[in-house]
Amino acid sequence: MTAGQYVAAAYGVVFVFVLVYVAIIAAKLVRLQRETTELLALARGREAAVRRDAAPPGEAPGEA
Amino acid sequence: MTYLTDVAALTRKDLRVELRARDTLPAMLLFVLSTLVVFHFALPEGTGDNAAYGLLWVAIVFTALLGLARAWVPEQEHGVLDGLVLAPSDRSAIWLGKTLATLAFLVAAQVVALPAFVVFFAPLDLTALAGVLLADIGICAVGSLMAAMAAASRSREVLLPLLVLPLAIPLIVGGVGAAISPEGERYLLLLALYDGVFAVLSWASFEYVVTE
Amino acid sequence: MSTSSIRTLPGLAALAAGLMGFALFLAFFVAPEAAIEGVRQRIFYIHVPIALTAYFCFGLGAWKALLLLWRGDERYDLESYVAIHQGTIFGALTLITGSIWARTSWGVWWAWDEDQLVLFLVLFLFYCAYFMLRFSLEEGPRRARSSAVYGLFGVVLIPVSFLAVRLAENLIHPTVFTRDGPQMTGVMFATFCIAWAALTLLAYVLYRVELAGKRIDANLRELREVLG
Repeated sequence: MTAGQYVAAAYGVVFVFVLVYVAIIAAKLVRLQRETTELLALARGREAAVRRDAAPPGEAPGEA
Repeated sequence: MTYLTDVAALTRKDLRVELRARDTLPAMLLFVLSTLVVFHFALPEGTGDNAAYGLLWVAIVFTALLGLARAWVPEQEHGVLDGLVLAPSDRSAIWLGKTLATLAFLVAAQVVALPAFVVFFAPLDLTALAGVLLADIGICAVGSLMAAMAAASRSREVLLPLLVLPLAIPLIVGGVGAAISPEGERYLLLLALYDGVFAVLSWASFEYVVTE
Repeated sequence: MSTSSIRTLPGLAALAAGLMGFALFLAFFVAPEAAIEGVRQRIFYIHVPIALTAYFCFGLGAWKALLLLWRGDERYDLESYVAIHQGTIFGALTLITGSIWARTSWGVWWAWDEDQLVLFLVLFLFYCAYFMLRFSLEEGPRRARSSAVYGLFGVVLIPVSFLAVRLAENLIHPTVFTRDGPQMTGVMFATFCIAWAALTLLAYVLYRVELAGKRIDANLRELREVLG
């Protein structure tokens, strides 16, 4: 390997490290997105349950 | 004055426990002597004395690690550490007591090992011995703190050498240098600097490591 | 780190990218080629700044550790950990680029009488053990404090190790390889400084990104506990 190729290798290693970092962050974002959708579903479920409980009891049998 | 009496009491406790149990010091002694014999076979014919001095230091460091690992075991097993921590004395006294006790064991093991080394391998002059003593202090000081850190973990036997070895490198440089270099005093100065800085740091930070 | 400060992050990252581009341009097209060393001297523009950046990260980690022990605020634990994590990554890069430099300069992949490299190896081992310590302790104030104390020991180890490595040189073997100290012209020095600034800023941006990611993780975990 010529000296120039070694120089390129040195700079290249740094570049690759940064790109690997980007890949790791991308994976993390995927995981975070999954978490937030799950939590959103949980929150929506909670909200619906709260609204059901808050509704006055007289109305429900009338509708049915 | 109560601080020093606390320290003395803690050191005495460890020494007395050892005198009764007699498991740490004989283990350290046997370990260091066996290691020296192994080194004889490990060094090829014609290797100079310098290699022997290097290996002496490897033996010392690993013997110290053995002693340090054993020093905290009784505390961890019998929950004594929690009791000591709750006691009204300054917690750094625990560290000082442990360090002095471990130092005593290490020096005791060396009282046998160093003459053996001189007989098997090469002479040790006064500078070399001063180096050994200074490095002993350094390794016991830093090692006691690291052992306390590792004591809380599941893998403490593996963790302690990992934590101590990088910190021991300046000590090995100092010790070997004191033994073989014509300018041994410089290395003693390095050891003294190390001891001063790290002993104070260990003493001051012990409290943070053991409290919950 | 309040949430408002995260707004500056994209700007900082863009600045880092710009500085880095400028530094690369300077390093390869503007800086004169050193007479004796030739093209391999250009590794200098990335190797030394990375080493300095690693020291910066370890220093930042130690500073956050000190704040944790002093003020007792738990958030410094994560900040210290992330800083040291960055430092270790840059430390690994230092060793790799340093090894490449050794290979081009002297034909060997490692040189025990290269002070800086050996010092870095010792530190690298020390900080690798930091992660071993963290992984084997239960999460909590005890782990935070032990990590902080260990991180502080690291920066104290830097000067002591430096002295030791210097002294050890005389023991290992007489200096055979002499580093051709580049007589830096003004342009070379400017290039070096820009590269240094770019890499330090890059490290800082990565630090903030990782920290934000970990904080989001923690918040989501808490949210899950509240909802679940």
